[in-house]
Amino acid sequence: MKIIVLLKQVPDLVEDLEVDTSGKTLDRSDIKYKLNEFDDHALEEAILLKENGSADKVVAMAVDGDGVDKMLFTAIAKGADKAVKLTGGNPVDSHQLGKVFSNALSSEGYDLVFTGVQSVDDRDGQLGPILASYIDTPCVSVVSGVFVSGGTAVVHKEYSGGMMGEFEVDLPAVLGIQAAKQPPRYAPVSKIRQVQQTLTIEEASMGNLGSGGGSSVVNMVPPAKGAGAKMMDDVEDLIDILKETGVL
Amino acid sequence: MGDILVITEHLKGEFQDITFEMLGKAKELVGASGGQCVAVTFGSMNEKAGELGVADSVISIGGSDNFNPESYAAAVQSVVSAKSPPLIMVGSTSMGMDIANTVSTILDMPNISYCSDISIIGGGFSCTSSMYGGKMNVVTNVDGPAVAMVLAGAFNADAGRASGSPSVEDFSTDLGAGKVRFKQLIEPEASDVDITQSNILIAVGRGIGNKDDIELAEELAELLDADLACSRPLVDAGWMPKAHQVGKSGLKVKPKVYIALGISGAPEHIEGMKSSSTIIAINTDKNAPIFDVAHYGMVEDLFDVVEELVEELE
Repeated sequence: MKIIVLLKQVPDLVEDLEVDTSGKTLDRSDIKYKLNEFDDHALEEAILLKENGSADKVVAMAVDGDGVDKMLFTAIAKGADKAVKLTGGNPVDSHQLGKVFSNALSSEGYDLVFTGVQSVDDRDGQLGPILASYIDTPCVSVVSGVFVSGGTAVVHKEYSGGMMGEFEVDLPAVLGIQAAKQPPRYAPVSKIRQVQQTLTIEEASMGNLGSGGGSSVVNMVPPAKGAGAKMMDDVEDLIDILKETGVL
Repeated sequence: MGDILVITEHLKGEFQDITFEMLGKAKELVGASGGQCVAVTFGSMNEKAGELGVADSVISIGGSDNFNPESYAAAVQSVVSAKSPPLIMVGSTSMGMDIANTVSTILDMPNISYCSDISIIGGGFSCTSSMYGGKMNVVTNVDGPAVAMVLAGAFNADAGRASGSPSVEDFSTDLGAGKVRFKQLIEPEASDVDITQSNILIAVGRGIGNKDDIELAEELAELLDADLACSRPLVDAGWMPKAHQVGKSGLKVKPKVYIALGISGAPEHIEGMKSSSTIIAINTDKNAPIFDVAHYGMVEDLFDVVEELVEELE
């Protein structure tokens, strides 16, 4: 039982984002990246399944780029068995990502593929169901619990209002993970360093990128500020508002 | 221009708000372009076609009342292949995500996520996507047939809610390979508090930093006779129970006063709380989208503010 976890970095939204001179994309000169938080949950869920004996191998896979080696070494330090980096191209959208992962999966072999359910920059759709369509496997998105037995997985898919649908899925399958059964673990820096010194990241050519999502951006702007909030200066102002609204 | 297809969404026999939000927008768009607004229903929801009076017609797929990622997507794919609509509107929701991505990829059509606005330009459409946690609006123009994933709450549901008697076409189709099987619906766990009934909510977000500091918010909640709510990351981190989560995969609330502490205001969160009568937001990031929906805001560290407020109140 082998699980491939697809990892991707996204801009850290804690930082200010700016549009570049083309007016169509982010100014990436000063951007801080971090692992897509849902991918972190996908990795955690895979490692939990390995720890409880449901899976025997977890492979972390990502497309090459700045900071990707560290992200993959961290995945191994957390519990992945190996890491694969896809090189030789620059996929620009979810469809191209889906395409290069589908190329790599055909030689890697898998029972389950986990991705984060979505990312803050997937304008042309979500990687999980796009990839599943390319490799012709079933897919369930917004999954917050995976239970594996034999050739099937039972998954919990979140709806609104705290409702969930339970599904049985034939393997192989792709799952878009919303949340792992427990919060993603941290890997100590010392452990990451040790992994870095003793293990290597496998590399594979990403192959054909495909034609992509078939649409392109016309422009990107921060949302127009509406009337917006009336700004308060201090706690005294806040107390006045709380009195006005009848809270106090 | 041709007809716009709206993929309806239902849960436990009720059309969800997103259905009416999309219908209202679709009706407006076809009103300008001369096409028809066509709603697609699943299972026995054709019996409630009378609620879809805004639609010019309904295509009833039949099959199971229970959503199934595989069979619902396969059925929509058949309808789209048969009808070739220029635009298919699907919710940017848990169910919509499975349908929209699968159909658009297999039929090789552009798919645009997180649409907060859609307009007609020339022979195609212009879609605005709310991306990067609501920090950027990204405009995509599409010429040919496309799928638009519509953010919940982006359009007015009232504009899409009218009774009527649209014609219903039964569309029987292949429902997929049966590799995904629905087992059951799981109801949310019972909770001691129902935040949808609260008058005052103190909602904490990622800005709270760590689990122990939730106590400070609890202290304030007690002083203000408020209930505690939170955004999704705190539930995923195991810091707060699911029953307290506001937003897309949590609960929709509309208290008299909603105090957001350290919540940036991603679209998924705003969807759940924007109907609150008064929204007060405290966040260190002056560009946080929460300040666009808040009535009152303060750019401050939430700990400083809450500590001082608690002190004053005591």
